[in-house]
Amino acid sequence: MKKMDRIALFFLALAIGVFPWGVGGNQYFISLLVFLGLNAIATMGLSLLMGYAGQISLGHAAFFGVGAYSSGILTTQYGLPPLLAFFVGIFLSALIALVVGKPTLRLKGHYMAVATLGIGEILYIVFNEVAPLTGGPSGLSGIPPLAVGGVAIEGTSFLYLVWGVAFLLLVFSLNVINSRVGRALRAVHGSERAANAMGVDAARYKLQVFVLSAVYASMAGSLYAHFVSFISPNAFGLMFSILLLMMVVVGGTQTIWGALLGTGILTLLPEYLRGLEDFEMMVYGAILLSVLLFMPQGVLEGIRRIGTRRKGQVA
Amino acid sequence: MTFTSQLIQYLLTGLTLGSIYALVALGFTMIYSATGIINLAQGEFVMLGGLIMVFCTLVLKIPMVLGFLVTLVMVTAVGALFERLAIHPLKNASLITLIIITLAGSILFRGVAMFLWGKDPYMLPPFGSHQPIQIWGAVLQPQTLWVLSITVLVVAGITFFFKRTLMGKAMTACAFNPMAARLVGINVRKMVLISFGVSAALGAIAGIIITPITLMEYDRGPLLALKGFSAAVLGGLGSPLGSIAAGFLIGLLESLGAGFVSSGYKDAIALFVLLLVLWVKPSGLFGSREESELKKF
Repeated sequence: MKKMDRIALFFLALAIGVFPWGVGGNQYFISLLVFLGLNAIATMGLSLLMGYAGQISLGHAAFFGVGAYSSGILTTQYGLPPLLAFFVGIFLSALIALVVGKPTLRLKGHYMAVATLGIGEILYIVFNEVAPLTGGPSGLSGIPPLAVGGVAIEGTSFLYLVWGVAFLLLVFSLNVINSRVGRALRAVHGSERAANAMGVDAARYKLQVFVLSAVYASMAGSLYAHFVSFISPNAFGLMFSILLLMMVVVGGTQTIWGALLGTGILTLLPEYLRGLEDFEMMVYGAILLSVLLFMPQGVLEGIRRIGTRRKGQVA
Repeated sequence: MTFTSQLIQYLLTGLTLGSIYALVALGFTMIYSATGIINLAQGEFVMLGGLIMVFCTLVLKIPMVLGFLVTLVMVTAVGALFERLAIHPLKNASLITLIIITLAGSILFRGVAMFLWGKDPYMLPPFGSHQPIQIWGAVLQPQTLWVLSITVLVVAGITFFFKRTLMGKAMTACAFNPMAARLVGINVRKMVLISFGVSAALGAIAGIIITPITLMEYDRGPLLALKGFSAAVLGGLGSPLGSIAAGFLIGLLESLGAGFVSSGYKDAIALFVLLLVLWVKPSGLFGSREESELKKF
């Protein structure tokens, strides 16, 4: 991967490492960072799909939910070890993505957006309806925390676990982006027809990235289930899919770092606004709209452009 | 209840629901036709229509007809403002950005609605009589007749607009090819603004006529938008008649599905049909494949 990426990774690791010490073990801030990490894992996958392969998914919360419910159901009702449930979740998400991805990825733009929206909604309905398995709208509770040798991984140790996974995936993603596969993806984004003419099997790459992004979401979902120990279908509906999409777009679809920045902004912003109560949603919408209007390429790109302009160079 | 009366009941409910989906789908199609944008805030126009009407009738206590007009004007203004402030500056942005902008807009509208009206559902009195009518064992609310007749009027009006008026034809021209439309002297910017205004008005009408039956609350928008959008795609994006037909179709499917199969999965049924159409014939039931290949999306 590029040198800038390595530097950024180093500083990110440093920041996460000292964070719990910096906030004096405050569990509120630690959980906030955990959620940030979980969202980041999901948006990383989405960023690969949207930014590099140029596809839209408005239904990714469903894959998150598949991971969460797999882990939840298999560890509570069937007493399976969490690691096994984790991989079952990944397998299921990948399978669903494969099956629905093949016909959906043939569609263009708006049509693909609608199709993924529909898929997400259908899975959401399934989560709600298959009550004996998922607990229906009332949700599933009593999901055990992850444990190593009888010691539960919670709080700060869970923070390190989540971000450890996030880092592994980040390194993996950056390697993919800078590899032959990444260049093939960008070729597909630029023009499918041209890519095909150059011998890049666009359909296959699109499907692979779609499945990969579903797997990322599933991993995040499984970890989420063990963290919050209670899950309900509401967390995996259209709103969350839209939120994930927003995180990628607001941060910037060009790079994976954009997605991380966007995740940071949109995970922390609602917390800041919480004090505003009645005004909250209004201000949230207004801020989103303003960011999109003034920095349509995303915040990361927007900051970069301000930086280059200051140096007097042509952006 | 006998099977026939059940069937009639579901058909009537389906037609009522279908009217709303048809109107929302029509709104989507209008904006898409003129601009190529999918306005995911369309559902919010419906919500605002219902809630502003409630405000006019119950708080300001003005007569319903006047309230209807005031609400229409206000929601149209909201739609036009939205276009001017949020859409027009970014007309060259990518598809994803435009979709997200309309999403952000919908969040803003919902936030304002929540601020002004809170989270409670609100009721409007039915337009005419309160007495339910009995038809072959099925119970029909008179408001349903209002919904259906107003929808028919609106559909007729919109069809007349597109087929007979100069502005409607100009808008269709913009749909086919904005560049060519500009070359023949059509003010595309104005068309875009008008399409947003009219779509908002359509949404408002839908909201006003449905609130006496289903009530209205601040977050009704997204689900309505999803179904209306499904209908628009099902009917073929860019085809007003297709949107209307597909809207009714989805309403009927949903109602029959809820009645005969399972009320929990009713939404899934309509969505599954949508997915099937997308996978088999994305140009929709009434769109032509060649046309959809030529269009931007």
